[in-house]
Amino acid sequence: MEVTELTVHELQEKIKNKELTITQITNSYIERIKEKEKDVQAFVTVIDNDAKKQASELEEKATKGEIKGEYIGIPIGIKDNICTKGIKTTCSSKMLENFISPYDATVMEKINQENMINLGKLNMDEFAMGGSTEYSYFKKTRNPWNLNKVPGGSSGGSAAAVAANMVPWALGSDTGGSIREPASFCGVVGLKPTYGLVSRYGVVAFASSLDQIGPITKDVTDSAMLLNIIAGHDEKDTTSSNREKVDYTKCLKNDVKGLKIGVPKEFFGEGINQEVKEALENAIETYKKLGAEIEEFSLDIAKYSLASYYIIACAEASSNLGRFDGIRYGYRTPEFSNLKELYKKSRSEGFGAEVKRRIILGTYVLSSGYYDAYYKKAQQVRTLVINEFNKGFEKYDIILTPTSPTVAFDIGSKSSNPLEMYLADICTVSVNIAGLPGISIPCGIDKQGMPIGMQLIGNRFCEEKILNAAYTFEQEIKFREKYKPEFK
Amino acid sequence: MEVSKEEILHIAKLADLEIEEKEIEDYIINLEEILNFANIVNNAPVEELDITVGSKEEVNVFRKDEIKIFKDNKSLLQNAPSQDQNMFKIPKVIQ
Repeated sequence: MEVTELTVHELQEKIKNKELTITQITNSYIERIKEKEKDVQAFVTVIDNDAKKQASELEEKATKGEIKGEYIGIPIGIKDNICTKGIKTTCSSKMLENFISPYDATVMEKINQENMINLGKLNMDEFAMGGSTEYSYFKKTRNPWNLNKVPGGSSGGSAAAVAANMVPWALGSDTGGSIREPASFCGVVGLKPTYGLVSRYGVVAFASSLDQIGPITKDVTDSAMLLNIIAGHDEKDTTSSNREKVDYTKCLKNDVKGLKIGVPKEFFGEGINQEVKEALENAIETYKKLGAEIEEFSLDIAKYSLASYYIIACAEASSNLGRFDGIRYGYRTPEFSNLKELYKKSRSEGFGAEVKRRIILGTYVLSSGYYDAYYKKAQQVRTLVINEFNKGFEKYDIILTPTSPTVAFDIGSKSSNPLEMYLADICTVSVNIAGLPGISIPCGIDKQGMPIGMQLIGNRFCEEKILNAAYTFEQEIKFREKYKPEFK
Repeated sequence: MEVSKEEILHIAKLADLEIEEKEIEDYIINLEEILNFANIVNNAPVEELDITVGSKEEVNVFRKDEIKIFKDNKSLLQNAPSQDQNMFKIPKVIQ
């Protein structure tokens, strides 16, 4: 097996047994990126020479015993909306094309404390607005399973890079499904943690009441490990919880006997692709065989959630993106005659079409006359969604749904129809609206060989339950042993 | 849900965005389509419900408001499109 095919826990074993060195691992990944980037187009910035230098320095220090830790020299890729000191953070936007953050995001500080190696910044939909990574200003990332298909989005670069073995794992961000949907499309594991579990300090804000950073990994064990690293209270983010830290690897028991799983029938109805439905039905049978108790129930919130999501997310985005004015950072128009014109032209030339569309929509729903009809209603729907989930979690430990109604679609097939693109988020957004944790794991492939994702939703701060359920399923079906992306 | 040209231009002005004449029609079509969909919220059974702004639990974890000086002015200013003597340079505000 190639070095780059290994999971992080497998890499750790090889380092411990002296079968692999830190420099060998880093060099293997840099070679792999060189080989595959032309096909996959996952990176906005590749850090190769500095990564090599860092690897040899870390190796020397580790050999001398000057530094200790489980993750020394483990490479990682970072979504390009997470601030990295001294390295460009572009949000895949012309607006931030040359932006170099003066500080690290809290999650980056944690990654750096572990002495991990950042291999680069990964492509995304501009400002995380999109579900296919086609709205990046720089490039369209391709799905490693079929290069004519999208990788999903907005963390499409992160998911594609993990699937293509260009990084062993990556960080993404999820506002309405942006970790889980691309993980599903690329056949990898994507976890959106409970709102408040991971600090958002230093992630470029899109919709602050929904955004959350999370891991995209090859398997569930790696997901639990990366969550261990990034979770925890941060005084720089007042919405981050000060609950006691948990070791998420300890919950991986490979046992779901007696676990109560609720299956909301509305998530399997209209608009769900037949092959996706069948794969999910097989997954349900697998859980039954493993001793879980499955029950169908009604959770009629998907459409309300999606509608309220686009109102709330765009409203918050229109406010958050007000900071981009061409003064302190970001793009500035070359031609202007006064300050107001500088603002307007810089914003109009610096933002792409989808970002502008969402700012306009957000401004509209917040404007006088429409506030009550849209924004206030959407916030009431938010209460409804939370209440309905609470009812579900009185009866069930976890809730099982498809991650996306379809597998990855063709590049270009939805990018000109915003509403159609939005509908792809129907299964994921309610989780953000209610602030819950959700994980997407591969549960099969369709006839065209494209991966199908299953979503497991937990109650707030119940990551352990969904991680164990995902792990147990993974051990049973062994997706990674059976299927690999073919770059066709 | 109908959106007029005047409304689009008004909203764009509020958002500090310029919309070109040839783009207006597209914005109207897209906005109308999305608003029609978003209108679903008006059919939701929410009459008796309060609004939720964020997540319900642990909304804010406060700390003491202590001043910390960020000394690296150079790295802050490196992103400024225009600067002079350690300051952001902007066009004349008072004409």
